[in-house]
Amino acid sequence: MSYEERGQWVYVVVIVLTFGAYAAIVFGQVGRVPLTDIDYVPTMLWAIGVAIALSIVGRILMEITGEIGSPGDSHQADVRDRDIGRLGESFSGTLLGVGMVVPFALTLAEFNHFWIANAMYAAFALSALVGAAVKLVAYRRGF
Amino acid sequence: MGRPTHVTNEIRRLRFANGEMTQADLAQRIGVTRQTIIAIEQGRYSPSLEMAFQIALVFDVPLDDVFQYQTQEGATR
Repeated sequence: MSYEERGQWVYVVVIVLTFGAYAAIVFGQVGRVPLTDIDYVPTMLWAIGVAIALSIVGRILMEITGEIGSPGDSHQADVRDRDIGRLGESFSGTLLGVGMVVPFALTLAEFNHFWIANAMYAAFALSALVGAAVKLVAYRRGF
Repeated sequence: MGRPTHVTNEIRRLRFANGEMTQADLAQRIGVTRQTIIAIEQGRYSPSLEMAFQIALVFDVPLDDVFQYQTQEGATR
């Protein structure tokens, strides 16, 4: 498994963990607190902050374990990594563009900030997840 | 898992015929990762024309001694 492919696995795990934890905490309050009264902002900021920190720590750990597992393997992205990267980013970018229609529509319809912010966060998380998944499929199955 | 490319190659055979060259050696000589050589050998990645020429140059053979194109009808070109 190449260095860049391992990086995508780290990214997928981080997105699933942080967005999953955020959704569990915020939407776990449904029934006890009216949805639009939920104090989602600190949780969302924490989730984003932790995702950034985990991505960095994950890459560092991956680099250390990768060097032990397959010493001498290049850590530089090559032409195949860049091709796969472009493929994933095109899926991710398209999905993000389409996904942003939802918060845009919610804003125009003057919905509560809760819905707009969560729709944006979900679009970001989903597009990042799909982009990483497309890259992993391309690494495994070819393209 | 279906083959994503119709390009077949003789890289593995050529590596062994050239002093049992390792995938890492070949990767280093053309400036890619070992995983990319593995993907090309397994038909999971079609290299660019430039990389194909680089690989042929390493083995000092014409391009079509390294790569062949399998048409839909099964004919090899």
